[in-house]
Amino acid sequence: MEIKVLGPGCANCHKMEEMAKEAVAELGIEATIEKISDIAEIMKYTMSTPGLVVNGKLMHSGKPLPSQQRVKELIMHGA
Amino acid sequence: MLKDFAEYIVFDLFVMERGARLSGALEFFIYDTLKIFLLLSVVIFIISVIRSYFSPERTRKLLSHKKEFIGNGLAAGLGVVTPFCSCSAVPLFIGFIEAGVPLGVTFSFLIASPMVNEIAVVLLWGLLGWKLTTLYIFTGLIVAILSGIIIGRLKLEKWVEGYVYTIQTGQSIDAPALTFRQRLQLANDNTLDILKKIWLYIVIAIGIGGFIHGYVPEDFLVKYAGPDNLLAVPLAVILGVPLYSSAAGIIPIVSALISKGLAVGTVLAFMMAVTALSLPEMIILHKVIKLPLLAVFAGIMTASIIIVGYLFNSIL
Repeated sequence: MEIKVLGPGCANCHKMEEMAKEAVAELGIEATIEKISDIAEIMKYTMSTPGLVVNGKLMHSGKPLPSQQRVKELIMHGA
Repeated sequence: MLKDFAEYIVFDLFVMERGARLSGALEFFIYDTLKIFLLLSVVIFIISVIRSYFSPERTRKLLSHKKEFIGNGLAAGLGVVTPFCSCSAVPLFIGFIEAGVPLGVTFSFLIASPMVNEIAVVLLWGLLGWKLTTLYIFTGLIVAILSGIIIGRLKLEKWVEGYVYTIQTGQSIDAPALTFRQRLQLANDNTLDILKKIWLYIVIAIGIGGFIHGYVPEDFLVKYAGPDNLLAVPLAVILGVPLYSSAAGIIPIVSALISKGLAVGTVLAFMMAVTALSLPEMIILHKVIKLPLLAVFAGIMTASIIIVGYLFNSIL
């Protein structure tokens, strides 16, 4: 599975990345997590960061951040 | 009621002497802390519920190809209720421009959003009263609207980086409609999240405020920062710039200083500088706008904030 976390690099984006890592660990799945901070690349998906992309599909964007449980669901859904 | 509770703790529970400096400072501290956290919880929760009905995508659609004045007014209002992370300023700017939101309207949005933020509003309300808070909100919105209109009139589109117009935005997700229950849950999580992040700063700041309240002589600041000192306003604005996003820690201290003679207009200008003039945001925006437009933006903001300061110092 391919997971991308979109964000130029603020506290919320870091938190989203942490949550994605934890969710992958909890689910016990094979996944690569990539942090995208290039604006043009982010804009391909959304203008509201932080964003969560699972297998090329935008699953979450913007504030407020989803809960840890919700991130797990989003990753499972996108799989 | 909260006042009684604070008095009860200080005078009855701790058996401290009335009228003494330490007991005065402590009572002030307990009362303010209780009041602020109660207000913060309620207001952040309500704002979070309201914000769950707005998204940057929807706001963009509403503002697309809007005319001057109406567009700027709408943008300033939407800036207050649209949730967005400060780090989204650049993607948001690109998204807005690309969707045909006029440059000036985009700026009205970007200025109003940090200036009228819920934490600053609650703290001002809790510590300085609703009149001053209303004044702050209205002048904040006016500054955002006017600055946007001026930037729009100056026709500065040529100072926007060229790539902004060529980036292709992908299709955003349609957020699933939430039930009211889910919105409440989201607002609840968000409120706890924000409180967790800022509570310590607020407690420390209220503590310092309490100390100032109890120990610094009345009228201490009248000479230096009273309404008659013309240098106080620009100085307050300069001081406010590096204090970006620390409204939570600053307002309790500033409110205590008001009782020591700090002029109200100077306070308003200082608060606006703290919330709306931020060096990190300017540096981020430099990715999408060239230096001359950035300078115009910073110049107009600084000038209007200083005018607000003088205006209220002279009428209040």
